[in-house]
Amino acid sequence: MPAPNTTEIAARSRAIANAHAHREGPLLPILHEVQASFGHVPQEALPEIADVLNLSRAEVYGVMSFYHDFRDAPAGRHVVKICRAEACQAKGGDALSERARAALGLDWGETSTDGAVTLEPVYCLGLCSCAPAAMVDGQLRARLDEQAMDDLIAEVRP
Amino acid sequence: MKDFIIPDADFGTPASRSKAMVSLTIDGHRVTVPEGTSVMRAAAEAGVKVPKLCATDSVQAFGSCRLCLVEIEGRKGTPASCTTPVAPGMSVQTQTAKLAKLRRGVMELYISDHPLDCLTCAANGDCELQDMAGTVGLRDVRYEQGENHFVTRQNGEANPRYIKADTSNPYFIYDPEKCIVCSRCVRACEEVQGTFALTIEGRGFDSRVASGMGEDFLSSECVSCGACVQACPTATLQEKSIHEMGQPDHSVVTTCAYCGVGCSFKAEMKGDQLVRMVPYKDGKANRGHSCVKGRFAYGYANHTDRILNPMIRDTIDQPWREVSWDEALSFTATRLRDIQARYGVSAIGGITSSRCTNEETFLVQKLIRAVFGNNNVDTCARVCHSPTGYGLKTTFGTSAGTQDFDSVEDTDVAVIIGANPTDGHPVFASRLKKRLRAGAKLIVIDPRRIDLVRSPHIEAAHHLALTPGTNVAVLTALAHVIVTEGLVNTDFVTQRCDIDAFNEWAAFVSDPRHSPEATEILTGVPAQELRGAARLYATGGNGAIYYGLGVTEHSQGSTTVMAIANLAMATGNIGRPGVGVNPLRGQNNVQGSCDMGSFPHELPGYRHVHDDATREIFQTMWGVAISPEPGLRIPNMLDAAVDGTFRGIYIQGEDILQSDPNTKHVAAGLKAMDCVIVHDLFLNETANYAHVFLPGSTFLEKDGTFTNAERRINMVRQVMAPRNGMADWEVTQALANALGAGWTYTHPSQIMDEVSATTPSFKNVNYDLIDRDGSVQWPCDDAAPQGTPIMHVDGFVRGKGNFVITEYVATDERTGPRFPLLLTTGRILSQYNVGAQTRRTDNVVWHDQDVLEIHPHDAEQRGVREGDWVRLASRSGETTLRAVITDRVAPGVVYTTFHHPDTQANVVTSDYSDWATNCPEYKVTAVQVSPSNGPSDWQEDYADQASRSRRILPAAE
Repeated sequence: MPAPNTTEIAARSRAIANAHAHREGPLLPILHEVQASFGHVPQEALPEIADVLNLSRAEVYGVMSFYHDFRDAPAGRHVVKICRAEACQAKGGDALSERARAALGLDWGETSTDGAVTLEPVYCLGLCSCAPAAMVDGQLRARLDEQAMDDLIAEVRP
Repeated sequence: MKDFIIPDADFGTPASRSKAMVSLTIDGHRVTVPEGTSVMRAAAEAGVKVPKLCATDSVQAFGSCRLCLVEIEGRKGTPASCTTPVAPGMSVQTQTAKLAKLRRGVMELYISDHPLDCLTCAANGDCELQDMAGTVGLRDVRYEQGENHFVTRQNGEANPRYIKADTSNPYFIYDPEKCIVCSRCVRACEEVQGTFALTIEGRGFDSRVASGMGEDFLSSECVSCGACVQACPTATLQEKSIHEMGQPDHSVVTTCAYCGVGCSFKAEMKGDQLVRMVPYKDGKANRGHSCVKGRFAYGYANHTDRILNPMIRDTIDQPWREVSWDEALSFTATRLRDIQARYGVSAIGGITSSRCTNEETFLVQKLIRAVFGNNNVDTCARVCHSPTGYGLKTTFGTSAGTQDFDSVEDTDVAVIIGANPTDGHPVFASRLKKRLRAGAKLIVIDPRRIDLVRSPHIEAAHHLALTPGTNVAVLTALAHVIVTEGLVNTDFVTQRCDIDAFNEWAAFVSDPRHSPEATEILTGVPAQELRGAARLYATGGNGAIYYGLGVTEHSQGSTTVMAIANLAMATGNIGRPGVGVNPLRGQNNVQGSCDMGSFPHELPGYRHVHDDATREIFQTMWGVAISPEPGLRIPNMLDAAVDGTFRGIYIQGEDILQSDPNTKHVAAGLKAMDCVIVHDLFLNETANYAHVFLPGSTFLEKDGTFTNAERRINMVRQVMAPRNGMADWEVTQALANALGAGWTYTHPSQIMDEVSATTPSFKNVNYDLIDRDGSVQWPCDDAAPQGTPIMHVDGFVRGKGNFVITEYVATDERTGPRFPLLLTTGRILSQYNVGAQTRRTDNVVWHDQDVLEIHPHDAEQRGVREGDWVRLASRSGETTLRAVITDRVAPGVVYTTFHHPDTQANVVTSDYSDWATNCPEYKVTAVQVSPSNGPSDWQEDYADQASRSRRILPAAE
C-alpha cells in the first residue's frame, strides 16, 4: 500500500478531528484514531487537528509529544515492548533486554531496516508479580526467561 | 525618574478581584487580602518573600517548582503557597527547618541539570535561579554528573540531549541548556499574549520548551512580543542586546512612540546606551505587556540613515548642502517671509506631527497661528481619525474615546469594526483576547477575515464580512434590528439623550429599506447573521465598540462614526466600565496632536477659531492677533500649491508623500512650492521635494508627553542627549525665533503649563501631577482633579446625547469593467505606518515588502500565482508588487499595506474623501490586477528621482 500523500493525510485527519470535535476532551480520541488510521501520527495531521479544535499547533504538538505511544513515524510490522521498570529489573529483566537487543540487532526505539520489528522500552506493564514482562503487538507476555525471549523473537523475526 | 535598576515587585500570582476580604497570619504577621488570593501573594503583600521559580504575577499559579512550599497549621504536609488560596484564620509558616531542607533539595535537583557558568552567563546579575540558590543556601550538589542537557560532548561523543541555542529571532535567543522547564514562557505566551505559540514537548527529563511544532522561533507563530523573555527566570530566553552589552545599570520610565495604545516602558540604560526596553508593570495602558515594535524595534534611533545636521538647497534638483543651524534657520526665515511678502500672509502653513509630543505639537500650531499669522495648520489625523473628532463631537460632545483600556476587563460583548488590533494595536488585542477567553463574546465587522475572527481559543460569534464602503448601511441595519425588535434601552435614551432626535432617528432606521434583508444585496452580509449580531450587542451585557481606520477612511467616515455612537446610545452602552465607543488611534500621539489644536478650524481643546472668547485667551497669552478664519486643510494646501497661491510649508515628523492619498498629486503640490521644510529623523519621501531639512530627535532624546487612545497623558522622558543637538521643540522654537517670535521656553513643562492655562480640559494637568500619578486622563479640571478614566458617566459632555440620521450614500469610487476589484489597505504587526522607523530595524525579517492579498478565485481568473509580480492599477495610478493568494479576503476584494516606499500603495488610492472632514477614502479603491514582469515605469522613475534627490554634498571645509 503506498504511503498516503500530504493532501490525503490532511483530509483524513480533518475528517477524524471533525468526527470527534463535539466530545468533551476530544484531542486524545482524535490522536488515537489518527494513529489507528495511519499507523502513526503524521506531522501534517497536527495543524488540521489544531484548526478544527481551534487550538494552536504548539498545543497539539505538546500533547502528542507527551505520550510515548503516539508515534511520529510508522512502526515496524511487529512492535516489541520490553519492561525496564524496577520489578522486572529485579527479576533479571536487564539481561533479557540485552539478549533481545542483540538478537534483533536493534537499539531502543529503533525499527529494523526491513520494517519487520520495532523495539521499545516500556516502564511498567502492571505485571510486576509475573516479572519480567513484555508486550508483543499489544499482547502481554509474562514470566519471561531466555527461552521464552528467544521464542518471542523468533515469532516476530521468523 | 532616573532609577537604578530595581526589579518591579513580583507578587507571584495575579491579584484577586474579589470584594470579600480574608484575614490570616503569615510568620506571625496579620494580613488581610481579597478572597481568592494565594498564600504566596498574601505573604508578598505582607513583605514576606517566599522562594519561588515557576510563579510570577503575570500568569496563573502552576505549582511545579515546589520551592514555595509552606507549612499551614492544622494541615498535613507542605502545600505550595502559589496554588493554595488563603482561608480565614489560617496560620502560615514560610520558614522552618523542614522547609529549608526541602527547598535545598529541590534546588539541588534543579542545579544538577543546569550549567554552572554563572560568570559568563548573559543573565548574570539578573537570574532568579541564581537568586534562589542564594536564598535557600545551596552549598553543595551531591549528584554526580550524569545525563544532562548542557554539556556538548560526553564520554567523547556528542551529547544527544544538548540542543544548540535558537538564534533565529532577531531580538532574543532561546538557549535550551539553561532551561529549568518552569513553563513561565509557555504560560506567558498563552495567558498574557494569547498567541499559544509555545509548548513543552516530550515528558519527564526529555521536556523542553518548543515553539510551534518544534521548528525555530522565527518560523513558528511567535509574534516576538517579548512576554516569554520577560517571564523567563533564567538566561534561556534572553534579549540579544543583553548578550552583547551586559546588564543595564539604571532605567527611565517613558512611553512608547509607536501606536495609540501608548505603552509605558522602562528604558534600561548603561550610561547613555539603551540596553533594552522593558514593558513597565505599572503602565496603566499596557499593564506590563508589549509588542514587537515597542519592545524591540528602537534600533532606528542609531541607524546610519539618520540625518544629524541641518541641510538646505535652493532647488530640489540640487544636492543637499550641510549647513549650521543658524544658516539653515535664517535661510528658512528669509524664504518664508519673502513668500508672505509676495503672495500674502496665508501663502504658507504647516503640519504638526502625531509622532511628536503634545508640547511640540502645541508649539508648531502656535508658530503657525502666532508667527506665520494664519490658521493653515493641519495634522496627519486629517488622513486617519478626523471623522472621529467630528462624529463623536456631534453626538457626545467630545472628540475622544469614552473608556480606558482597563474597561475591556468588564466587557461582555466586544464589537470590532474596521480595525485589526492583533496587528495594529497588539497590546490592546492581547488584553481583549484575555477577556474573550474568559467568556466575553465578539462581533467583527470587517471585509477581511482578520485574526480575531478565529485564532486559537478565540472565535467571533459573528463576522459581518461586508463589501468595502458599506459600513453605514450595515450599522444602520443593526440599528434597524435593535429598534424594530424592541431592544432599545428606553430608560437610558429618555434620561440621557435628546428624545426628539432619538424619535426622528428611530423612525428613520425603522424604515424597511434599512432592514438587513433589504440591504443584504448591497452589503454582502447575510441578514440572519446581522440580526444575530444586533441582538447580541443589544442584549449580551456590557457592549463595547472598538473601531479603527476601516471606519473613518471612507467618503462616509464621519457618518459611520455617528452611526456607531447612535448604536451605543440606543443600547445604553455608555458611561460605565466595560462599554463605550473607542477609536483605536493609529499613532502614539494622534489624540494629543488633535487636542493641541492641530486642525485649521480649532484652537487647543477643540474650540473653533470663530469663537471670540477662545481667541481672546490666546491673544492675551501670546500678545498677537489670531485670525478668526479657519485655515487650509492638507488637501486644500496641496490644491492651492498646484494653483500657485500656497508656496511654503513646515512639516514636522510626517511623510505626506507616502502616507497621503494620490501620491502624484501630493508630489505635484510639493514641487510647486518655494519652501518645503521637512523636520524629520530621516530623508523621508517628502524630503525629496524639500528645500530645508531640519534634523529631528527621537522619543528617547526628549522630554514631553504623549496622549494615547484612552486620553491618557503619559510622560516621555529623555534617556539620552539628542544626537542632532536639539529636541524637536527646541528646533521649532529656534525657527520661531528666527522669524522674530522671541520665545524663551527652557523646558517642555513650561509649554504644558501654557496648555493648561489656556485649555479647560487640561486645567489641572502639569508635570508634577503626571510624575506623581504616572499618567492622567483628560478632562482633568476642578471637577475631575485626578482625570477622567471613563467619560459621560452622569451625562454627556454636550448635555443630551444626540442621535444623527445616517443615510447611506454609496461612494463615487465604483467598480466597473476596467476596475472590477475593490482595494482596501491596512497594517501588519511588524511594520509601522510608512515604515520610516520599523524598516530601519530588524523587523524587516517579518515583512520586507508590501504584498497584495488576493482571493484564489480572482487570482485564477487572472492567471496569477503565489509570489507572482502583479500590476495593481486604479483610475489614479498603478504600481507593482507580489501577490499572496489567500481566502482571508473575499472574492472581489484585494488588500495591501503601505509600509514600503518602493511600492507606494497610495499611488493607486483615489482623491475621494469624507464629506465632513476630507479624511481620504483609503479603504475603497476600484482596481484591476494583472500579471506583470516587475516594477512599473512610475516606480522606476520614482526610485531614480528619490536617489537623485537624496544626494548630499560633502561639507565645505
